[in-house]
Amino acid sequence: METTPKPVEPDLMALFLGFSSVGLSGFGGVLPFARRMLVEERGWMTAEEFNTQLGLCQFLPGPNVVNLSVVVGKRYQGVAGAIVAPLGMLAGPFLIVLLLAMLYDHFGSLPLVQGMLRGVAAAGCGLLFAMAWRMGNSIKSKRLFLPFSAFTVLAIAWMRWPMPYVMVVGLVLSGGLAYWMLGRK
Amino acid sequence: MSLVIDLFLEFVLLSLVAFGGATALLPEMHRVVVEQYHWLDDQTFTHLYAIAQAAPGPNVLVVALIGWEVGGLPGALATTLAMCLPMSILIYLLIDRWEGFSGQRWQKAISLGVAPLAVGLIFSGATLISLAASFGLVAWGVVLAVMVINLRSGLHPLWLIAAGALLGLGGWL
Repeated sequence: METTPKPVEPDLMALFLGFSSVGLSGFGGVLPFARRMLVEERGWMTAEEFNTQLGLCQFLPGPNVVNLSVVVGKRYQGVAGAIVAPLGMLAGPFLIVLLLAMLYDHFGSLPLVQGMLRGVAAAGCGLLFAMAWRMGNSIKSKRLFLPFSAFTVLAIAWMRWPMPYVMVVGLVLSGGLAYWMLGRK
Repeated sequence: MSLVIDLFLEFVLLSLVAFGGATALLPEMHRVVVEQYHWLDDQTFTHLYAIAQAAPGPNVLVVALIGWEVGGLPGALATTLAMCLPMSILIYLLIDRWEGFSGQRWQKAISLGVAPLAVGLIFSGATLISLAASFGLVAWGVVLAVMVINLRSGLHPLWLIAAGALLGLGGWL
């Protein structure tokens, strides 16, 4: 049998610092860093626990990593942990972002800065299209489900309908189809 | 004060439909913040998106930037809290029962059903930001090149962001 190191119960300070390190480490998403910290570095969760609990975090709407920090915080320190862990995750990046916002307020009108931000936005959009492509590619039964992607683009980007309505309608139709398919097997 | 309350309530509503995280919310944030309330113009919205791309941390923090530009520090706190609080509370209450409903037919159906919608949302976000920035031919070339390189190679996205920044600094876009 594999011997696993006995996980140390993190106190509030450890939770805050652990999630701070995660929050500050990633660009364009910190989930891989969260996994490394929780599973590999500190042993606060096993790989299976991580996968199961991440399931709910991804199932519910909202920022997955924040949801995950709430779960881990609750597990070790109850309500206090569930407050301190997401705070640790967000405090550092929040301050950095505000600092950047202040810089932008002062220098944002300079043509050089505007040009740079345009370039970053263009690269960012390229990354978003790539992400959409990759996610679309991993969908099973593409012929049945990709029309719902098209419907979403039409409703959101073209018609500019409010997203809550679009999501409710889309989820009823797309989820309904999935529910029916799951029942046929 | 009423501005901060409006911000808070609008972003609470957004958080409830944020399947796919903050990235999937870009189109709706643009609709609410730019088109409905005119809190920001197209250009500022694009710039804030770019700043969030270049900053470290969870990508939900783009909402802090928007909140800051609309309502200063109270605005930034309002949007961030609104985006994180409702689902944090729900997950706190639900996590112990997750094992019970994970894997059930309705749970799988929602997960399967939401995926194509998230694809559409992210595609819409990229399209709307490109339109809001009124990219020219060269900028669209950069968009396309970054997409292809990102799909075909293991190059870290940060390099692509840096390349975009340099091209922009040079005034080519």
